[in-house]
Amino acid sequence: MARRVVITGMGAVSSLGMSAVDTMRGMAQGRSGISALEFQDVERLQIRIGGQIKGYDETAHFSRHEIALFDKFTQFAVLAAREAVAQAGGKVGGAGSGVVLGTSGGGLQTQDENFRKVYEEGKNRVHPFVVPRLMNNAAASHLSMIHGITGPSYTVATACASSNHAMGQAFHMVRAGMADQMLTGGSESMLCFGGIKAWEGLRVMSKTGCRPFSKDRDGMVQGEGAAVFVFEEMDRARARGAEILAEVAGFAMSSDASDIVMPNRDGAVRAMQGALQDAGLGPEDIGYINAHGTGTAANDRSECQAVREVFGEHALALRISSTKSMHGHLIGGTGAVELLACIMALREGIIAPTINFSAQDPDCALNVVPNEAQQAKVQAVLSNAFAFGGLNAVLALRAAP
Amino acid sequence: MVNNVASSVIGIIAEQAMLPAAEISPDDTLESLGVDSLGLVEAVFAIEEKFDIQVPFNANEPGQSSFDISSVGSIIKAVEALAKEAR
Repeated sequence: MARRVVITGMGAVSSLGMSAVDTMRGMAQGRSGISALEFQDVERLQIRIGGQIKGYDETAHFSRHEIALFDKFTQFAVLAAREAVAQAGGKVGGAGSGVVLGTSGGGLQTQDENFRKVYEEGKNRVHPFVVPRLMNNAAASHLSMIHGITGPSYTVATACASSNHAMGQAFHMVRAGMADQMLTGGSESMLCFGGIKAWEGLRVMSKTGCRPFSKDRDGMVQGEGAAVFVFEEMDRARARGAEILAEVAGFAMSSDASDIVMPNRDGAVRAMQGALQDAGLGPEDIGYINAHGTGTAANDRSECQAVREVFGEHALALRISSTKSMHGHLIGGTGAVELLACIMALREGIIAPTINFSAQDPDCALNVVPNEAQQAKVQAVLSNAFAFGGLNAVLALRAAP
Repeated sequence: MVNNVASSVIGIIAEQAMLPAAEISPDDTLESLGVDSLGLVEAVFAIEEKFDIQVPFNANEPGQSSFDISSVGSIIKAVEALAKEAR
């Protein structure tokens, strides 16, 4: 009998709220977390909006010593994990548990601040913790230390698919018996001058807003934050009486092998088909897809074509939405925050909307849940992530058994 | 000036030890104050920033450095010497 994997804890911080519940409530309300960016040198940017967490005070959550070691991406992961572990009854730790987190920029804020000091301000000395703060595995390492997790822990960096790849790895490890419990998800904090300046160069960012699938869409908007989940072997979770939020049913990855930035329909098709097959689900079982839905012309068109190809006529019956319209694109943390929309759909029958939708694009003629949440009873969902570099990762979730 | 160096160094170490400066005496060691290796490198950084000096401290082999960290008093003496050189 194959081991089954369930989710027993969730936590998040995002521009929609400082907990998983608040973030999901924001999604259900169709609230926008996008606002004017606030940080040093923002006036030198073309792009000045993002899903920034406003009013965040690190000293309210961490000691001075912790702050000295925690870049913001680590802080977000630690806060999300705290919530997830509490929900799972505080029962994590030991050699039977591990941590796999996704991030793309890692401690980019730390890099940016210190590059400014040495290049712009001409300083010749940096704080001794620059490296332990900026390293991409910092968040995973701190979660292992805080929660006494001594099994396998590492970080996955596959740009916009980092979190989905991470959660897929965690799922595989629990299913394969390499671990009984994994903390997994992702974290990102790229909203600083250098972070946005680099993205500006690609000319895929919107100056006005994130409008996935809408005919007037003109690019992506970044966000920041984290989401962390407790993935656990089902029998173990049941034996200890844990509340099961959803089942992780399947996962698949594919590579486009075509272009470093342009999406590829075939790669997306193979990842979705693979996830369905791995989960033992048919296309008609899927009631909701959390889209990658970046709001760029290319992604949304290609993703909708891929959905049509995988789901045939059922593509018109299912719902597909992009919550990036509300919290922005969290790059390496995005799949984790978006998994909350999947859990909300399965548990509460609330399908998060795609906000800022004004007019249908014939290339994206699906039920994209425009502007307002919809009610629907769904038994199974997919969560898509298609990264720059042509690396695709799709998770399949089923309602709690 | 000498007193200024001593009080600044004690202030920096006090911050790492999370103790009031008044509770720190030159006879204390970093170990007895609970300052670990990370706290030490942070303190060295703060000292360099404060006095605009280069502290010859190698975290690889702290005992082999010419910078004597055996007690708060020895650190003050070393910093005084370095600050004097820098002037």
